[in-house]
This record gives sequence, C-alpha cells and structure tokens, in this order.
Amino acid sequence: MPKNDLFDPTPGGLIEHDHNRDGVNRRGFLKCMAWAGTGALCVIEGGVLKSYALGSQKGSHAKSHKTASFSFVQISDSHMGFNKPANPDVIATLKAAVDKINALPEQPDFILHTGDISHLSKPSEFDNVDQILKATNKEIFFVPGEHDVLNDDGAMFRERYGRNSAGQGWYSFDKNGVHFIGLVNVMNLKAGGLGALGQEQLAWLEDDVRHLKSSAPIVVFAHIPLWTVYPQWGWGTEDSAQALSYLKRFGSVTVLNGHIHQTMQKVEGNITFHTALSTAFPQPAPGAPEGPGPMKVPADQLRSVLGIADVNYVRGRHALALIDSSLA
Amino acid sequence: MKRRFFIAILATAVQLIIASILILQPVRARSEEAKSSPTEVRVDNFTFAPQTLTVPVNSTVTWINKDDVPHVIASNEGLFKSKALDTDDKYSYTFTTAGTYAYYCSVHPRMVGKIVVQ
Repeated sequence: MPKNDLFDPTPGGLIEHDHNRDGVNRRGFLKCMAWAGTGALCVIEGGVLKSYALGSQKGSHAKSHKTASFSFVQISDSHMGFNKPANPDVIATLKAAVDKINALPEQPDFILHTGDISHLSKPSEFDNVDQILKATNKEIFFVPGEHDVLNDDGAMFRERYGRNSAGQGWYSFDKNGVHFIGLVNVMNLKAGGLGALGQEQLAWLEDDVRHLKSSAPIVVFAHIPLWTVYPQWGWGTEDSAQALSYLKRFGSVTVLNGHIHQTMQKVEGNITFHTALSTAFPQPAPGAPEGPGPMKVPADQLRSVLGIADVNYVRGRHALALIDSSLA
Repeated sequence: MKRRFFIAILATAVQLIIASILILQPVRARSEEAKSSPTEVRVDNFTFAPQTLTVPVNSTVTWINKDDVPHVIASNEGLFKSKALDTDDKYSYTFTTAGTYAYYCSVHPRMVGKIVVQ
C-alpha cells in the first residue's frame, strides 16, 4: 500500500481544511489513522487534530518545544501467557515496551494499562507482568480486560489492582488538574451483546463528575472501546452513549481504550477517542475476512505492529498530544 | 491344467473382493450414522459450529475450543457455565430434558449458539 496516498508526512499532509468546523478534515483524519500504527504523532491543539510523521521535522518540533505539564503512557493488551504463533514470546515484547518507556526523552509521570494484562487470568501471568513493569519505576493504574476476569468475576483482579475501587473495579483520581476515570466494561456481558458498563457504574460516573468544573480536562480509560468500532466483532460498548452524555459539558475529554490491538482515532465534538496497540499481538482490521483472532505477521515485522502510546498534557491549552510508537 | 488353476484363483479372488465389500458395508453405514448425529460443537474463529445442534435426550454435548483465545460456554439461563477453555480444551454437558437451550460465550457475547434436545 503506497503510504503517500493516505498520508503525506510533510506539511502538505497536515489538516488544513475544516469543513465541519470540528477541527477535523475527514481525509486528514483518515490519513492520521492510517499512519498511527507506524509511528505518527497526532496532536490535538485547541480542538484541531494535526498529524505528523514521527521523526519528521514537524514531529520533532512538536515534541521538543512542548512545555508539557506532565505526560503519561498508555500500554494495553499484554496477554501474558499467550504462546501461539502470533507471538510465542509475549514476555520479550512487554520488556521491549518497558525499554521504550524508559527511553522516552520526557519521562512519563505514570502509566495506564487498559486491560488484558493476562491471557487466562492466572496468578502467575499477573505476577510476570508485575515483575516486568516494575522496571519502569512508575505508578501504574489498571482497568481489567475480559481476559483478566475469566473465572471469578474479577475478584483476583480487584484484589491485586483495584483495592481502592468501587463496585466491580471502577475508580477515578486527579493528577495535575486532570480528572482520570477508569471504567470496567468487560463483566456481566449479555448474550448477543457488546461490552457493558451497567446501571450501577453509570450512576457512579454521573455522580463522580457532577462537582467538576466544565473546564476540567477529563481522561477516561477502559478496555473495550467506548465507541462502536465494529459491533459484528463485539468492538463497542452497549451503554457507552449514556456514559459519554455525562461528559458532554466538559471542554476536553480524551477516551483511551485497548482490546482491538490496533490504533484508531475518532473525534466527536469535545471527545477524542483513541485505541492503543497491544504489546502482545496484532488483530486484523474490522471486517477482515479472517475474523478477529490474533493475526500472524512475519516474525521480523511483529514489533512494528506492537507498541505504546505516549500522552502529553499541556496546561492551559486543553491539549493532549498522543504519540503512538511501535516497538520496532 | 494350468489354465483351469488360474481360473480357480481368479474366481477365489473375485469372491474375496465381493465378500470384503459385503463385510465392510455395515461398517461404512455405521460411520455415516455417527456423522449424522454428532454431539460435538467446534468453537472456531469466534463462532460455534454447528450454531444449532439437535440431539436426543440424555446426550452429552462436548464443546472444543480450536481458537488461539479462550472462550467460556455459558447458558443464557444460567443452567451451565464452563471454566475458561484455552486452545483445545473441552467442556461437556449432558442434556436430560427436551427443550431448546440457548448459550453464548460470556467472554465474547456476540458468539451465540443453540442446543435443541428432543
């Protein structure tokens, strides 16, 4: 696929038109999506989504001149315990993700893990991840994926990672004036349905944001996408619209998800949605004929489709800059 | 003399072939019968195959996971639920009462199937 048809990593590839007045030119947005997995920089500044290729002059400029109040890293879908052909060594790739984090020029304040820490919810799998992530020396906030709550409705997960959480593991916290909300949408799933938050959690969320100023930047993180990516494969959350309705009045809302093992981005009004790469194995694009299972790529290309997301917050600008970088 | 001996051998060979066809016939018929009433559901590429399985009362149905990711077999009504099935793991349940039993994968709830017991 000739990349330049989709995205021209020069100033000409930036979004210059804004027909919908939402800061996003559709073509430019697609270009940004197409490049995200191979190391693009998608910056949201003053509501305008801009995209640069990593390593380009624009990209390094955007990164280096940043006076970030703080930054954090999102990692996702480590699937510790997975050992099939799509990646026989998920320990090595998670360690590579840690090396990537430790090599970031601006060290993140903390890490978000958006679920599927383990592959089979086994204590030894959680132990391995904990041991490997210790090398980041960072505080880590987790939400569960469906692979983390397989046999006990998440009891072991909450015991390990959710001691201060409410209900089935949801919680919120504040960092540098940004309100972070960790949601759980992988439990009590109904036959034929998608991911689900449930009434109890929705009520908690409504109450959690009630007293916040509308100017407070919000970051929501959960495992399954909180927007409908591809319902035929279960890539969406049934009652996410209700959750997002509580966040409409806020000026800046960033939603970070995992689950689909590929980067995708969408901007809807004040809300920016983003999904992260896995550190374990890639999955096919929505609707691909082979189905949603782990995708085998040539061994020498595996690390180019795995990665981390580095998120920078610039105080006063309501800007969250998202950088997807691969492990290659 | 030689010629008569040869014919006798030929006749015996033909008889043996006919006999073996007659003997094998019921065996083949039996294996076809087994194919027409399987009690196994393959979990493959995030689908149940067959999606609807019809079995006689007191049949034990076995699910086998052929995917690289775990699945959980769960009755819609909470009648039965497996542990997480890793690749090649099996789960069996015996249906003692006639009826239609809807089930799904509680990890990937878009995966649905049905067992019809009659």
